[in-house]
Amino acid sequence: MTFAESVSHGAILLGAIIGVVTYLTWVERKFSGRLQSRIGPYLVGRPHGWLQPIADALKLLSKEDITPAKTDRFLFNLAPIWVVVMSLLGFAFLPLTINWVLVNIDLGLLYFSAIGSLIVIGVFIAGWASNNKYALLSALRAAAQMVAYEVPLLLSLLVPAVLAGSLNFQDIILAQERIWFILFPVVGQISGITFLLAALAEGNRIPFDLSEAESELVAGFNIEYSGMKFAYFYLGEYVHLLAVSILVSILFLGGPLGPLLSGGVWIAFKTLIVFLIVLWIRWSFLRLRIDQMMMLNWKVLVPLTLGNLLLAGLWVSLSR
Amino acid sequence: MEERVIEREFGELAINMGPQHPSTHGVFRLELHLRGETVVKVTPHIGYLHRGVEKLSETLEYDMLPPIYERDDYLSPTANSLAFVLAVEKLAGIEVPRRANYLRVITAELQRLASHLVWLGTFGLDLGGALGGGSTLFLYCFRERERIMDLMEALTGTRFHTNMNQIGGVRYDVYDGFDRDVFKTLDYLETRISEYKEMLENNPIFLERTKDVGIVPQELAKEVGASGPVLRASGVPYDIRKNKPYSAYQEFNFQVPVGNKGDVYDRYTVRLKEMKESLSIVRQSLGGLPEGPIHSRKPVKTPSLFKPPKGEAYAAVESPRGELGVFLVSDGSSKPYRVKVRSPSFSNIAIIPHILPGHLVADTVSILGSLDPVFGDVDR
Repeated sequence: MTFAESVSHGAILLGAIIGVVTYLTWVERKFSGRLQSRIGPYLVGRPHGWLQPIADALKLLSKEDITPAKTDRFLFNLAPIWVVVMSLLGFAFLPLTINWVLVNIDLGLLYFSAIGSLIVIGVFIAGWASNNKYALLSALRAAAQMVAYEVPLLLSLLVPAVLAGSLNFQDIILAQERIWFILFPVVGQISGITFLLAALAEGNRIPFDLSEAESELVAGFNIEYSGMKFAYFYLGEYVHLLAVSILVSILFLGGPLGPLLSGGVWIAFKTLIVFLIVLWIRWSFLRLRIDQMMMLNWKVLVPLTLGNLLLAGLWVSLSR
Repeated sequence: MEERVIEREFGELAINMGPQHPSTHGVFRLELHLRGETVVKVTPHIGYLHRGVEKLSETLEYDMLPPIYERDDYLSPTANSLAFVLAVEKLAGIEVPRRANYLRVITAELQRLASHLVWLGTFGLDLGGALGGGSTLFLYCFRERERIMDLMEALTGTRFHTNMNQIGGVRYDVYDGFDRDVFKTLDYLETRISEYKEMLENNPIFLERTKDVGIVPQELAKEVGASGPVLRASGVPYDIRKNKPYSAYQEFNFQVPVGNKGDVYDRYTVRLKEMKESLSIVRQSLGGLPEGPIHSRKPVKTPSLFKPPKGEAYAAVESPRGELGVFLVSDGSSKPYRVKVRSPSFSNIAIIPHILPGHLVADTVSILGSLDPVFGDVDR
């Protein structure tokens, strides 16, 4: 790709992501509404509230931008931008069809996870710069959680890489032509489920949304944010969630592979399924306590994923 | 300035939880001292919802007061007015017709169901947050509660502050087909409650969050004067409906569920079992509703003519939160000389500073939620 091509592709991708994410919030609101025997948004853009995301965005844009007096101004403004940028960066390495990927490098998986783990720095900055005790507690929780859950996240990510013999996303997709990794006996299922769990923890989703925990820490790290800065955190969260959903569909569900329809349709369909599963978990579970979450991580997930990786390695070396 | 030095020295973080906090169930302030995430010291502050009901009572005639008492504990209005009305009846020696007593029991138990449903829903919010599974439980519970509100509206014309109890009886009689409506709702509620029970008690996260958390020893519960489900969860089978029956409770057959450990989970199970007992009490009382008048005293046009004799009286009812008592002193005039309300929530939240230290912040909200305080009831 030439430089001009990359820039234009990047711009298209950026616009597409923002648009999709905006409408994913609508999907979530409708889905959770149905789940809770409510209707969800329906007034703006009757009859199904099609324009609700636009109205939300307009409302957030027109709200007063408040920076509390005793905050660290620079860091306070940096944090939301950091979160959004870091979540968006991950998309550069994700293939959306077999051939369409912005940056095709052999270490795609590694880069993606490296950038994903930078998001928490934004959360930590927000918690620290807000000069608020609730925000500080939340930031510390987020940091502890991230350090802990990176381990099983990476260990379970490595299983598809080991099975495919590559860290390149395209190679991983092509390796699933015969069988999707989630259907791979034992190894695939364990790594798929542990990855989803760890990704939920990394993305601060229920049941691991301890750093947000509005019933304990009110809203955690974004307690002092309002208007568009607040929206940036949500944007970052949903962009990351979308990226994780795409990642699951690529690593475990064969990504763009599928009969009849084109690759783009298949990956969109699989991503939506994963996204809805995440939503389903979110709207039906209660929150874990911090010590219980750590216990789950270090005593269950880490040994499990470690053993699973070993198993995958054995499988590959024996079948070779 | 001084406080800051202390914080640095001991590594403690002092945070204010409330009065505007999503999980304090109203306006309640907890001054938490944390070391890490562990609570080391806690000071509760109340009084944000003080409305001066007791003082106000001294300026109003007796018949004007039951509607005002309904505003005290805004999750079980009839229990409040019932306690007041019982005290006045005791003082003035007014007999209440049997049918009125049955109707009082029916409304009180229906509102106990509604109140416990609200409790279960908000408890879900405490554990799961407003943006997650907790709100699902919350909305389900409120959907069920709405059925009870509809019944109340059909019976009295008001969904909530029903103004059902008056001195000497009740204000509204049942309409034709009321029992059919109630039985239908009760059957619906019974299946739903069993469903939620199954959903929660098989959920490992719920069990982890509630079992062995916030244990209230029996001695402590007695010492602070706790009552209701909080006391019973600690293993004391004390229920005013059984121990000192009022209205028509002695005529019904029901169990008093007790817990054994006194943790959050026990308080949850006691309340859930109580809901089942309430269902059965309503069924029994509606099945055997006696004929007759619904009040022994005509509704008054001039409340100032009603002057109970000089003296004092105490009457207590088992509200959804515990022993709700009204102590009344009369000087023979048309207005009470002094009214003191013994509210269950006030005594129940006195447990907080004793059991909270040593728990994590996340447990603070689940313990507070499990005590089910209503701040209109605490502050009056």
